[in-house]
Amino acid sequence: MTRAHRPPDAPPTARRVHAGGSTGRGTRRAARARVQGRFPVVLWIPAALGAVLLVLPLAALVVRAPWGALVGILADPGTRSALVLSLGTATAATLVSTALGVPLALVLARAHLPGSRLLRTLVTVPVVLPPVVGGVALLLAYGRTGTVGQYLELWFGLSIPFTTVAVVLAQTFVAMPFLVLALDGALATVDDSLAEAAATLGATRLHIFLHVTLPTLAPSLLAGAVLCWARALGEFGATITFAGNFPGSTQTMPLAVYLALQSDPDAAVALSLVLLAVAVLVLALLRDRWIRGAVR
Amino acid sequence: MTTSDGRATSERGRHQPGPEGSALRAEVDVARGAFHLHVTIDLEPGEIVAVVGPNGAGKSSLLRVLAGLDPLDAGRIVLGDRVLDDADTDTWVPAARRRVGLVFQDYRLFGHRSVLDNVAFGPRAAGLSRVEARRLAGEWLERLGIAELADRRPGGLSGGQAQRVALARALVTEPQLLLLDEPLSALDVDVRAQVRLELAGHLREVGTTTLVVTHDTADAQILAGRAIRLEGGRVVAPPTGTSSPTDRVVS
Repeated sequence: MTRAHRPPDAPPTARRVHAGGSTGRGTRRAARARVQGRFPVVLWIPAALGAVLLVLPLAALVVRAPWGALVGILADPGTRSALVLSLGTATAATLVSTALGVPLALVLARAHLPGSRLLRTLVTVPVVLPPVVGGVALLLAYGRTGTVGQYLELWFGLSIPFTTVAVVLAQTFVAMPFLVLALDGALATVDDSLAEAAATLGATRLHIFLHVTLPTLAPSLLAGAVLCWARALGEFGATITFAGNFPGSTQTMPLAVYLALQSDPDAAVALSLVLLAVAVLVLALLRDRWIRGAVR
Repeated sequence: MTTSDGRATSERGRHQPGPEGSALRAEVDVARGAFHLHVTIDLEPGEIVAVVGPNGAGKSSLLRVLAGLDPLDAGRIVLGDRVLDDADTDTWVPAARRRVGLVFQDYRLFGHRSVLDNVAFGPRAAGLSRVEARRLAGEWLERLGIAELADRRPGGLSGGQAQRVALARALVTEPQLLLLDEPLSALDVDVRAQVRLELAGHLREVGTTTLVVTHDTADAQILAGRAIRLEGGRVVAPPTGTSSPTDRVVS
């Protein structure tokens, strides 16, 4: 009925669009093939080299692993204590990072503080800072003569450096920003509509946070926590600088690997293999979330 | 000035009249840039009133200030004997303590909860135990004829089902005032008439004082006892050709 009232040029336009749509699939496939054909072949060489550069060392690790002696090496008390210490401190660092990092991310995303942009930058620094520098900074803050450390020693008789607490502190320093950034990105995309609905149903702010906001953040929180844990587990530079290398109390897996390389290469490879397995497991857990989190 | 049709009067009979015989009295003044909403609304207890008007008339802004999601710039809102918002005295009751239920246009159900737990959300927030809250939620699902949806997730519901879940979720908190924002606009045309009739039945049966916003005069006619027409932030004469009784709105 309304068609009769259309301007005379309308139907041909519509027909043209339709015709374009019907043959579009074939055209598009051809176009895609052309685009791929146009792909510069020269780029294949550096691309392949890049892939080899990343994959070859890992392959070598797997190939050269002392598979037969593996169980024996991993059952060694020294190795086991490093493994247990690593798992324990990385988990503790993740718990501390979650307890402090979640509120920190919320404040950064929601509280509209005057200096929140500067704060966000400062909080992100440990991500790009060389871990050794982080270790030096931690020493200057919490060391025996450090800005805070001297008072801890003076007033409470506490000395943090070269203890297991120092390991956890170093790992938290390096790893917490990963969790904060993952959550910060997720919070930026959370919309308030469900929180509003919850408010009209009589929920307080805390109730809304715990029962509405947090569940929607759960996947990002999990991804951030896993990333944080993995980073804490691999921590080397800040740990050896700030916590030292004492078997049983501060010698974590990465430190043990480094040390073993000089005395017992097979043990170093076996320990490395364990850390590689953990890394692969982490990737499997994160799957595509890794990419998305890194982009944000 | 306060003529009311028989239907609304009979509904009112089930309700305890407020001290001044008025359930809601709202003098609303909201400025959003160039847009200015200026309207006075008076609802009797148990009355169901429609606010009709085109997009951009200020209908949603009106619901947001009544629900406590936005503040008034001037005027006051009195629900029963409680002042919810008064720009002059800086009185402000937050949304969570208003006892004003709002069914959003897009329903806004909690995707990570079952239908039963969506409805149990309000009672839980009010401090009831999980068991008690679920029992209460179950009763409301029963009452609205959707008990069989209890274990479903909101994602898999039809528009009509989601609307009734949202309605149950609001009603379980026993609001003194119920607000419906375009309750039928998200529905397919072929189910709309049916859902509209069912909604009208539920609203009358529940008897809560209700303000329903719609751009459709047919919705207003079937759901509400009378209609207020809003255009450009102001009340205009009631739409011609509707059976709505005399406009009681002072503007």
